[in-house]
Amino acid sequence: MAKSFLTIEHVDKSFTRGAVTNEVLKNISLEVNESEFISIIGHSGCGKSTLLNIVAGLTQATTGVVFLEGQVVDEPGPDRAVVFQNHSLLPWLTCYENVALAVDKVFGKTKSKAERHDWTMHKLKLVHMEHAKDRRPSEISGGMKQRIGIARALAMQPKVLLLDEPFGALDALTRTHLQDQVMQIQAELRNTVLMITHDVDEAVLLSDRIVMMTNGPSARIGDVLEVPLDRPRNRLELVSDRGYIAARAAVLKFLYERHRFVEAA
Amino acid sequence: MTQIAAATSNVTPLKTPTSAAGTVVSLPAPAARPVFGPRARTRLTELARAIIPPLLTIAALLLLWELLCSSPTSSLPAPSRVVSDTWELIAHPFYDNGGNDKGLGWQLYVSLKRVALGYALAAVAGVALGALVGGSVWAMRGLDPVFQVLRTIPPLAWLPLSLAAFRDGEPSAIFVIFITAIWPIIINTAVGIRNIPQDYKNVAQVLRLNPLEYFIKIMLPAAAPYIFTGLRIGIGLSWLAIVAAEMLIGGVGIGFFIWDAWNSSRISDIILALVYVGAVGFILDRIVALIAVAVTRGTANA
Repeated sequence: MAKSFLTIEHVDKSFTRGAVTNEVLKNISLEVNESEFISIIGHSGCGKSTLLNIVAGLTQATTGVVFLEGQVVDEPGPDRAVVFQNHSLLPWLTCYENVALAVDKVFGKTKSKAERHDWTMHKLKLVHMEHAKDRRPSEISGGMKQRIGIARALAMQPKVLLLDEPFGALDALTRTHLQDQVMQIQAELRNTVLMITHDVDEAVLLSDRIVMMTNGPSARIGDVLEVPLDRPRNRLELVSDRGYIAARAAVLKFLYERHRFVEAA
Repeated sequence: MTQIAAATSNVTPLKTPTSAAGTVVSLPAPAARPVFGPRARTRLTELARAIIPPLLTIAALLLLWELLCSSPTSSLPAPSRVVSDTWELIAHPFYDNGGNDKGLGWQLYVSLKRVALGYALAAVAGVALGALVGGSVWAMRGLDPVFQVLRTIPPLAWLPLSLAAFRDGEPSAIFVIFITAIWPIIINTAVGIRNIPQDYKNVAQVLRLNPLEYFIKIMLPAAAPYIFTGLRIGIGLSWLAIVAAEMLIGGVGIGFFIWDAWNSSRISDIILALVYVGAVGFILDRIVALIAVAVTRGTANA
């Protein structure tokens, strides 16, 4: 059988501190196709960020392997760009320089200086931030920072875009706006995306498939839900769409009936 | 206070047009254009607020000193005597009669040159060693205890040893500056680098920055506020140490000038030299602080 684009095979992860071993992830297997948008949803503490970090290469799996296009993933790299929850922009660089740092590193040898500048500007335009290119992260709002973070990740032209609760720290209106932008960008660039979220509507709206995780410790993939909605999707029309309501209900049921959040977790 | 009141009343009329939506209100023509615009005036009052209190304090202290030392039998000269005694030195800071007989400007220049060299070496070596200790757990385990012991050794205690090693006063003085300034630079740099947020390290890892790129693009800017704290402490300590070191090695330099003045009982010269030493130390500290502000602009939490 031909391997799919991104494969997570029997990944376990446990952390050992002293004599205590904490098993966080248990036997996680997932196949992701090219250009697919996958959300991973679960209660906090279920290890979904750990799973993303394993795919990013920032954390090593205890057992199990991640393949990207048949290659084993064992270290971080720009082919799996991460948009961090807290944006992680470098505060001493301007927005332009933050993106350019990634562009220069990834395309330093293959693109000329002018091409790299155009590439950087193009990514800033994609997230509608070209007006703020000379401002520093401390001078722009949280939503704008996250947009720069997305521009930086896109600028690496990653095979997989990893989003770690990218909109978690934003207010509801900004979040809506950014979700629409991410949908637009994904429709345009056809990126493969793996997104961590704890927002049910966000997951249903953006994803092709939703991976639902059980509660930790030893979190597993509880269920995978196909979201059979046509693209482009419009959040206003979807509000009364049957498929949307059904998908939303399924995720809510999973999270609040079958795997209620345990306070102690 | 009246100045401030005048300044604010000058500002208010300019604000009204923006609040009156749509209608254009013509400003009342000023009767006479003031010499300073309202902005310049607030600047001046701010400047006055910063300068007048220290000036008053200094004046009060000088007055007290004058009163205490005005009797002819007093062991220390009053400020008025200091000025009259040392007028030649104040008026001609750059005379040169050969040998040690040089103006205070030259003496300070020589001392500053030694500090500049020793401090520059300490800054480079200190940041490099600090980066090593902050970046590697094994380097920290091995080196940190050594540094903690060495840094408590008083600067002057190194002088005999360095004289023995270098067999010359000049490199010994520079070495003393180096060894004085390097500890706070190492320790603060190491703390700064240990405190680099994991987020920045993740970004560097995803981008696959090589160690040199990581050092220049992430480590130095992220640790810059800490590094500059160390550099600022370092420059202060160097200036403290140079005076003492020069007293012992002799030759030209503000330290030996003070010692020489003491040996020839020119107390007023000592007092003048102390004033200069204090002023130069203050300026050095300000310079490093200003560089720090310029370099670390924006590195505070975003």
